Amino acid sequence: MDFITDHLLSFILFSPLVGGLIVLLIPGENKDFTRRLALVLSLIPLAFTLVAWLGFGAAPEANGFRYQEQVNWYPAINSSYHLGVDGLSLSMVLLTALLSPLAILASFSVDERVKPYMALFLALETGMLGVFLSLDLLLFFVFWEIGLVPMYFLIDQWGSKTGERELWSGMKVSARGYASFKFMIYTMAGSLGLLLAIQMLGVVSGTFDMLALFQSWPSLTGSLFGLSIETVKAIAFWAFAIAFAIKVPVWPFHTWLPDAHTEAPTAGSMILAGVLLKLGAYGFLRLVLPLYPAQAQLYAGTLALLATLAIIFGAFAAYGQRDFKRLVAYSSVNHMGFVVLGIAAAAFAAGTESATIALNGAILQMFNHGISAAAMFFLVGVIYERTHTRDLDEWGGLFPLVPVFGGLLIFSSMSSLGLPGLNGFVSEFLVVRGAWPIFTLFTALSMLGLLFTGAYILKGIAKTLHGPLNEKWKGHITEINRREIAVLAPLLLLMLWLGLWPAWLLNVINQAVVTFFG
Amino acid sequence: MQIPNILSIIVFLPIVAGAVMLFIPPKNRDLIHRFALAVGLVCFLLSLVVYFSFDPNGARYQFLEKFDWLPALGISYYVGVDGITAPLVLLTGVVIFTGVIISQRIDDRPREFFSFLFILASGVFGVFVSLDLFALFFFYEIAVFPMYLLIALWGWKQTREYAAMKLTLYLFIGSVIALVGALAMYFASGLNTFDMIALEGANFSPEFQNLWFPFVFFGFAVLGGIFPFHNWSPDGHVAAPTAVSMFHAGVLMKLGAFAALRVGIMLMPIGAQTHLPWIILLTLVNVVYGALIAMVQTDFKYMIGFSSVSHMGLVAMGFATLNYNGYLGAGVQMFSHGVMTALFFAVVGMVYDQAHTREIPKLGGLVKYMPFVAVAFIIGGLTSMGMPGFSGFIAEFPIFMGLWNSHPWIAIVAAISVAVTAAYIMRAIGRVFFGEVPSELEGHMHDVKFSEKLALSVLCIFMVGIGLFPGIIVPLVNAGVNTVLSLLGGA
Repeated sequence: MDFITDHLLSFILFSPLVGGLIVLLIPGENKDFTRRLALVLSLIPLAFTLVAWLGFGAAPEANGFRYQEQVNWYPAINSSYHLGVDGLSLSMVLLTALLSPLAILASFSVDERVKPYMALFLALETGMLGVFLSLDLLLFFVFWEIGLVPMYFLIDQWGSKTGERELWSGMKVSARGYASFKFMIYTMAGSLGLLLAIQMLGVVSGTFDMLALFQSWPSLTGSLFGLSIETVKAIAFWAFAIAFAIKVPVWPFHTWLPDAHTEAPTAGSMILAGVLLKLGAYGFLRLVLPLYPAQAQLYAGTLALLATLAIIFGAFAAYGQRDFKRLVAYSSVNHMGFVVLGIAAAAFAAGTESATIALNGAILQMFNHGISAAAMFFLVGVIYERTHTRDLDEWGGLFPLVPVFGGLLIFSSMSSLGLPGLNGFVSEFLVVRGAWPIFTLFTALSMLGLLFTGAYILKGIAKTLHGPLNEKWKGHITEINRREIAVLAPLLLLMLWLGLWPAWLLNVINQAVVTFFG
Repeated sequence: MQIPNILSIIVFLPIVAGAVMLFIPPKNRDLIHRFALAVGLVCFLLSLVVYFSFDPNGARYQFLEKFDWLPALGISYYVGVDGITAPLVLLTGVVIFTGVIISQRIDDRPREFFSFLFILASGVFGVFVSLDLFALFFFYEIAVFPMYLLIALWGWKQTREYAAMKLTLYLFIGSVIALVGALAMYFASGLNTFDMIALEGANFSPEFQNLWFPFVFFGFAVLGGIFPFHNWSPDGHVAAPTAVSMFHAGVLMKLGAFAALRVGIMLMPIGAQTHLPWIILLTLVNVVYGALIAMVQTDFKYMIGFSSVSHMGLVAMGFATLNYNGYLGAGVQMFSHGVMTALFFAVVGMVYDQAHTREIPKLGGLVKYMPFVAVAFIIGGLTSMGMPGFSGFIAEFPIFMGLWNSHPWIAIVAAISVAVTAAYIMRAIGRVFFGEVPSELEGHMHDVKFSEKLALSVLCIFMVGIGLFPGIIVPLVNAGVNTVLSLLGGA
């Protein structure tokens, strides 16, 4: 038992990967068995995470992080396998561990090559968890990149079958091939700067350990490579910031997202929106703010501007869509804009009360968006499986045919819209409250953006559920089934619970905020 | 009777086996193939023994053995391995074993084919373990000569004669130039010995080193594929039969890089410090231009060939940083690239054997027929892209760190190649293994044999193993690199 508690994070981190290998290697072609096995295996990391969550307050702490583990990994360049969690990373780990089994349950309708699908999904979970758990910059990068691979294949192989894209050369490729390639190359090219900056940091500081870097790097003075340290830091700051901005995504780096989200299989979109986008925001919080406090403050205005544009343009773009899945995809740009706005505000006014509030809001918004985006993508997937279209104009008046589905859709949409009493309201309110005194104009504009959020969400609901009934669905569309409700139920409960009593999560988050940014 | 030195066994076993093989009646093909497999397996196992019994904390050179050969001229047979060569010996063992497995489909005069292949292997092992400059040249020529025959006789019919001739002339001219430099060292040292450890202490004058270093370095680096002397390599790789391409790109190119390091940089460190700062620009061309050329290839095998040029450029670039990280990365990259590229050529061979085309646009959807091969290629591809978790990352990361120490701007430019590599590898994976199966291929494709899967697995295990546990290889390379650095004056 001691072994487990001493290596709790390693168990969380590697149990999905081991599970994936088990799924892959157990012989037999029974698809049902594979699906159930994958589901059960994905509950193991969740169980470990809950153990970590419940024991969090009592666990020994060093430098603000708990459950730390450190083993030599690549001593020749001073990189070690160093894990640890604080309130920020633990809440993200919880989100990941929670969404993964739900996404797997949502994937029970996948019928092609179930084994590799499930194995990739579990491998993806390890990649995502690794980013949140790493306390070593090199290790962080390892997991950051490695998560791309399973996601690429999930989109490329199990994405939507129809659709073509014409390239500039006139060649036609499948839409999912186009989207997955764009996702991969966009993100890899984005992380190139990050990679270079990490190498540079490692060379200059002689270590990749985050805790050591947080101490040494910001206070570094002198000159480097014949440039003043400020210039080098500014360049490195942008290298980090762009890599993370692409992942979030911040306008104008978001163009990979609508394609990837739209073409990904339902569960893939759930994880993409639910967790993968959070990696970018997490990068800002974990690395950019502590490593570059001065640069972050200097450029916070730019970041806030981009966030505001993401909020406004994201909402407009979402409103303009006919494809329901694309609409939800653009809503992610819109919602993640609030996260970035909160982060920018905190960077500008670090240490003030407003900054603390904004940060709490941003982190809570990460969690909330994870839940509600996953639910929305799943609901789009549910209706897509029944009608084989995502075109909003093809539907209409479905409410009487599928009342339960309709109810659930409205509930999730309201959470996404920020209805008081549900989770989205709490976090957006905190962000706006925190950012208002810091970036008044941007915050005011963002609130106008919020208005359009309401518009596009209501458009989605109206086009699907209300209006004249499209007769062709009569008798062809079936009600949401029990498995699908089982996927949604935990998400909806969380929306309500976080809306009514967010303190259980905020307490944990606030601990990290106070320690690191207080 | 005294047990012979394990390195001597490794060096001479293949060539003896190659000779013995010629006595097997040519009709007895099964026996020929089995015999070749057995020899390959023994080489692999012996190289594993060398690798794992090498003590990174022990003496600099281990498993030493020395006999006088031509004492009047100071020539001896002197062998031993250090931390840099131990992985290369293992690499050779891995590639010979997997190459023999892949060659089980050779129908045309298999006896002679394997015989030449084993002579080649002896030459390669010999270069890696030689501590005597003369013996090194001796084995170097043994390694280059069978290459000509292997390509000209068993290669791709359309270009084999051209490619074999081009390759041999390039390498031969390179080695002659290097030999001139080596003889100059021999005479200038006044020690009357070819013993490289002794020559390290010869204290050649700076003028001498600055003059002769480029001869020796480029003479060998031709085989390492350095720009602008690289263009024999894609032609040679493409024309060669599968196992020979594996050997060639996997091991022979390392031979060039290693010899340039051992004879050039380690014996003339001052010359290296003078010249490498500009040579690094050539390696930059290798890395970036090689990747761009690979991206525009439509022939699957040419794409891999140019990717080798790009990746070997990283090795030379690591050398040119003249610092610890650069050498560490270059040492790991030599092994990593060898395994990776051997896998690539094996996969290309498997695809070509069945599809009879290597044009990427004419291939597609092969994952349905050969899922195992597809997975292996993906692992190789990820290694090639420098994806963390695979050996390529473990190698390239320190090289880039080394660049940051010595030439920060070059690090930034060279990083372009990472994105380009990702693009062409992902494109190849997508076009060849996924997507629609072209109608011409339907019905022609089938899965590969178990033994071939085994070969691919062996290669993959090294890439993933090192990627996850760098500790498998890094302590050895570290030991070797420290010696190099002490010769460079602790730079």
